Amino acid sequence: MGVIVNGITKLGQVTTYHVQDAGRMGQFLCAAIGGCFARPFRFREVVRQIRLIGMNSMPLILFIGLFSGMVIGLQGYHALRQVASEGRLGVFVSLTLVRELGPVFTALMVTGRAGSAMCAELGIMRISEQFDALDCMAIDPFRYLISPKLIATLISIPILTLMFDLIGIAGGYLSGVVLLGVNPGAFMTGIEQKVTDADIYLGLYKSLAFALLIVWVGTGRGYLLHKIQSVGFGAEAVSAVTTQCVVYTSIGILVWNYLITAVCL
Amino acid sequence: MSVEIEFVDVVKRFGSQTILDHVNVKFTGGQTTVIAGGSGQGKSVSIKLILGLMAPDSGHILIDGVDITKISKKELNEIRTRFGVLFQGVALLDSITVFDNVALPLRERLRLSEAEVKSRVEQALAQYDLQGQGGKFPAQLSGGMKKRVGLARAMMVEPLVVLFDEPTTGLDPQITKDIYKLFFETQRVYGFTSIIVSHDIPKVFNLADRVVVLGQGKMSVFEQPEDIQHSTDPHIIQFVQETMGQVYSSSYELA
Repeated sequence: MGVIVNGITKLGQVTTYHVQDAGRMGQFLCAAIGGCFARPFRFREVVRQIRLIGMNSMPLILFIGLFSGMVIGLQGYHALRQVASEGRLGVFVSLTLVRELGPVFTALMVTGRAGSAMCAELGIMRISEQFDALDCMAIDPFRYLISPKLIATLISIPILTLMFDLIGIAGGYLSGVVLLGVNPGAFMTGIEQKVTDADIYLGLYKSLAFALLIVWVGTGRGYLLHKIQSVGFGAEAVSAVTTQCVVYTSIGILVWNYLITAVCL
Repeated sequence: MSVEIEFVDVVKRFGSQTILDHVNVKFTGGQTTVIAGGSGQGKSVSIKLILGLMAPDSGHILIDGVDITKISKKELNEIRTRFGVLFQGVALLDSITVFDNVALPLRERLRLSEAEVKSRVEQALAQYDLQGQGGKFPAQLSGGMKKRVGLARAMMVEPLVVLFDEPTTGLDPQITKDIYKLFFETQRVYGFTSIIVSHDIPKVFNLADRVVVLGQGKMSVFEQPEDIQHSTDPHIIQFVQETMGQVYSSSYELA
């Protein structure tokens, strides 16, 4: 009997904690969005964050985009050749990238690079009482620190996704046309005819949704580190919460990607 | 103008441990009160309660008669603009320079022009013996320098209430003496209400107008630092025996 009571109590505690955690994350998101409209606007900080999140991620995005496009071109060529449709390679590569892989890969890369960095930065600020110091100076940490990251991420990720798509298509062209001899005209004509505005908008909506997810989880887990159970204390807590941020965001991106695709197609 | 702070029947618990048990105490305006007591007795918690960073489980915390447990965050921020705080770990923003840390309240709270910010920050850096350190990051400073930067930041907007949590922990005796001297001189000029939490007993009593000793969830108030030695409370007697040598009876060393 005691075991059952203990089990129910534990279940209740875990459920209560997760409901409270979700509530805190919801409040956090509202405050972060509210901070975007608070005055004075920190334009310089937004530009600095665009440089950190966007510009500094660009070499990685271009590199991964190129090789992703090349491997899709390679695989696509061999698959399409079996049904004598190599000329469709351009459509295959571009639609795969624009609709799915561009937004997803870009978001996963930015999660690993910038999302984890945001989480660790805010986690360290939390454990070293820097947020308390801001509170005591009556400085809103959302307006001062978090909202500029939100705006910068929402600006940066769609642009990075677009870059990923373009370099990925170039990679597909390189492996399909230059290396495997697919007709360049057929490759490009297929893209022009089959990639519609709707495909591009789908990729854009996804990248915006992923950007919000990355910055929400990244900054939220760091900022709320002191409220998170079972992550330990001090440096260990920062490490655990950063891992948690990357895992949650990556899972969220993949699930969210499926849901958006299912709704939009 | 000085600000009074009052705890009315304050209770604060962490799990089964009662840190503050129906505490009633008044921190008189314009005076320096030192809060002393053993580790884990609730000294830092008291500071956080005054700052509104924690809420009491019951009771009221009045700042100039306003109960901060019942006001909105906006109203609390309005009250916080009168505070200058030095945290135990200093809590400088570590990704910006010393100059920007000291300038932070001027830029964000007073919204002064950059020229005025520059002039006031340079003046403050000189006052706190930090000339030439403005371009450094907190990680590049020694412990004593960090404390002085924290002190400069806390005093930047001429606060009416100053709260210092362990201002000299981990510092060598000379730097400790320098910081006390700096505090003593600044308090004499501005006349702010100050509360200092410290383990540095009895030296810190040189700064005190009153002493509050925390123990067993209660606050015992002594109107003169010397009075602590005459207490008949067994907990205070034990605390005195464990921590104090001779209490200095004047502040001539600091003046």
